[in-house]
Amino acid sequence: MTSLLIAALVLALMAVAYQQGVSRSKALAGVGRLHSRPQYHGALLALWATLPLLLILFLWLVTSGTLQDWYIAGQIPAEIAPGTSEYAGAAARLRNIASGFGVAGEAQAWETAAGVNLARFNTTLLMAAVGLGAILGVAALVLMRGRLSARMRARNHVEAAIKALLIFCSVVAILTTLGIVVSLVAETLRFFTFVSPVDFFFGTVWNPGYSTTSNDASGSYGMLPLLLGTVMISVIAMAVALPVGLMSAIWLTQYANPRLRNVIKPVIEVLAGIPTIVYGFFALVTVGPALSGLGDLVGLRVNATSALTAGIVMGIMIIPFISSLSDDIIRQVPRAMRDGSLGLGATKSETIRMVIVPAALPGIVGAILLAVSRAIGETMIVVLAAGNAPILRFNPAEPTSTFTVTIVTALTGDADFASPQSLVAFALGLTLFVITLMLNIGALAIVRKYREQYE
Amino acid sequence: MTEILETEAAANDRRRAQVRKSLARRNGAETRFKLLGLASVLAAMAFVAVLFGNILMKGVPAFWQYNLDAEVFFDPAVINVPERPVQQPGQSAADFQAEMLAWQRRLALVNWNRLITASVQGAGAGVEIDDRSAVSVIDSGARFVLRDMVAADPALIGQTRTVRLLLSADGDNWAKGKLSRDLPDSRQQLSRPARDTIDALIASGAVHRSFAWHIFTNVDSRASPASAGLAGAFMGSFYMMLVVILLAVPVGVASALYLEEFAPKNRITDLIEVNINNLAAVPSIVFGLLGAAVFINIFHLPLSAPLVGGLVLTLMTLPTIIIATRSALRAVPPSLRQAALGIGASKMQMVFHHVLPVTFPGILTASIIGVAQALGETAPLLLIGMNAFVANIPATPLDQSAALPVQVYLWQGNENRNFFEERTFAAIIVLLGLMILLNALAIWLRTRLERKA
Repeated sequence: MTSLLIAALVLALMAVAYQQGVSRSKALAGVGRLHSRPQYHGALLALWATLPLLLILFLWLVTSGTLQDWYIAGQIPAEIAPGTSEYAGAAARLRNIASGFGVAGEAQAWETAAGVNLARFNTTLLMAAVGLGAILGVAALVLMRGRLSARMRARNHVEAAIKALLIFCSVVAILTTLGIVVSLVAETLRFFTFVSPVDFFFGTVWNPGYSTTSNDASGSYGMLPLLLGTVMISVIAMAVALPVGLMSAIWLTQYANPRLRNVIKPVIEVLAGIPTIVYGFFALVTVGPALSGLGDLVGLRVNATSALTAGIVMGIMIIPFISSLSDDIIRQVPRAMRDGSLGLGATKSETIRMVIVPAALPGIVGAILLAVSRAIGETMIVVLAAGNAPILRFNPAEPTSTFTVTIVTALTGDADFASPQSLVAFALGLTLFVITLMLNIGALAIVRKYREQYE
Repeated sequence: MTEILETEAAANDRRRAQVRKSLARRNGAETRFKLLGLASVLAAMAFVAVLFGNILMKGVPAFWQYNLDAEVFFDPAVINVPERPVQQPGQSAADFQAEMLAWQRRLALVNWNRLITASVQGAGAGVEIDDRSAVSVIDSGARFVLRDMVAADPALIGQTRTVRLLLSADGDNWAKGKLSRDLPDSRQQLSRPARDTIDALIASGAVHRSFAWHIFTNVDSRASPASAGLAGAFMGSFYMMLVVILLAVPVGVASALYLEEFAPKNRITDLIEVNINNLAAVPSIVFGLLGAAVFINIFHLPLSAPLVGGLVLTLMTLPTIIIATRSALRAVPPSLRQAALGIGASKMQMVFHHVLPVTFPGILTASIIGVAQALGETAPLLLIGMNAFVANIPATPLDQSAALPVQVYLWQGNENRNFFEERTFAAIIVLLGLMILLNALAIWLRTRLERKA
């Protein structure tokens, strides 16, 4: 209710300021030629009037909780020591009395008095903030209204304000990257106070002991088993996705007639839009048992949750990624090269194998790198279907584990956030981030270089 | 002389034969290559078909569940509670709430199961059935249904009403034939009288299948799996998408406008550009780590809250929206900009009055596709605690909540695999349905708006 009233106040002030600016500007138009149209004078005035109010309301929002705590501390009698549970209970009771909700049963006399005081304090604080903001806003409005003149470059000022807002928005992306890097590095350094980086990067045993709740590094944190699992699953995924994706792209660009192509391409791309949790569950209940049964037929023991299951399903997920990227790249190969080869008597498939694919190779390699970086960072498929067994072994039919699975297990358990069992997630996350970053930068560089070649 | 001619003719023949042979080989290679391409395309399409076929086949039956139309007698001897309290004038809200809670506690302590056993035993199955077996036929959420009926209308006490009660998960499995009938009693989840009762009631028509609306209206439940629903997860996802739409779309579009239209071409803008391209390819789980470290651990925002999930998804969707908006802006013909600038518009007016309206369909499509992508994201949400079990519909974005993809994750891990596998596929159908709806909306809006423009 109060927040609605305050929003109404801000909007009203804005509207009045805008109207004032427009009318003043129209009055000025009689005196001399206006530099800007009246709307800009209105917008400028509205900006000036509402900024102080918004600023003060923001300050109130940030500080009111602390101020309230400070006031409550003054109201609670000295015999209730701060920091105890009785103190927290008393503070909560005071807040309830102040908000008008009341407390069950009879309130003590001092509580009622303190509650009333607190309510008064809160109201005063809010009224002071709103009042001060409104006064400053109106003052700014009056002051700036007097300074409006026909020659004033109101449009430029308003546009500068909008531009500042646009710049702020594009900085958000930079801040995100900065936030990722800083938070990952900071928590990783904290992790390295428990475990030495050498043990982490080159250790071959992963056994962090999630069952222990102690804050020491009693387990072993060697990431090599996880790296092996990640690489194995990515290799299997690429072994599925690359042939199917690339050959589909070639068939769709070179052989299919355009009408068929317009139907088939979106159907394949549906695979890219399906949430990965769906693939994960599909792998767990359908692909895993099917593979296991197939293994039994030929006399191989295949675990239902294994690197193979996760890898194959991840490969299916990546097919549209490879096929649409290669599709774009193959179409960029100049037509003259293709026609030249065909004119010399090469068959279509010879042209594709000996002219088009070699010419498109750098771009295709870039696409492969991007696909690998996706496979490495993929989480839900491996969480559900890889079996979470961080053991150093090379058999793809056995359960395995990856970086992403371990990050999820480490942070969804009940370990304390400051324990190495949790912090290791950030060390793994940083490793993952660096690997994918290098793959992406490499891929983008290759793709960009290749584009320049033919443009 | 003749010798030479002969050898020449022979050589020609040999050459011709060679060419023919190699042509046959090359044409064979051509056909094989073409078939290989066709096979890949067919394989990819087969994956789509198998995936969707599998989901639909296993998920659709979950939307129909067995119910018992039971005659329930609200026995005053069992429901022994005083009148419902009414807020007296002058009574504080806290006092009234305490009194109401005491009344609800009395109501909760009533042995509702006795009403259920009585109505199952009296349903006319003609089977001697003990109390425990009778209770196991009906979903344990049924007692809350009865309790809520009485809480809403205390006048029911002493009357008989026909109430539609859901069968329990085991009962539903049995009725759907998912449990083997050959297993001995010791390995069956339901006792023999319970199984016989269900069979008899199906034959008499009292137990029948109907559409399970509660999947959409109920919240998740562990104690009574048969009545578990998606309402809480749906609202959680809804709030998150609201946050994403309110933050990611304006910030993304503004950022794209600046980078494409205003930014000077210098090192810093290059840096921002490379940075955004890389951010688009950062694994989603890394955004989850960012959320856990910054939003949860530094800002102390609540765990499992849709607000935090929405913020994490916003950061994740931002690059997608920026990149798509930029390519939409790039597609605007330069003549439009030059015409606007030529007749004296400022750069800002050119962008906001002329360029932006033209790109509106493109931006809208990009935003909807970005939101659809965020809707299906699971991994980052697990790291900010959204995998907690929450049995409430969140009232605000700051309440604890689940989300649709996380609900899929939670249900797939449920121990009652026999019942929840189907239920998980049903949740997947709902999730995919929403995503398809969003994408269809994007396509429809684009064609509609582009025709107008």
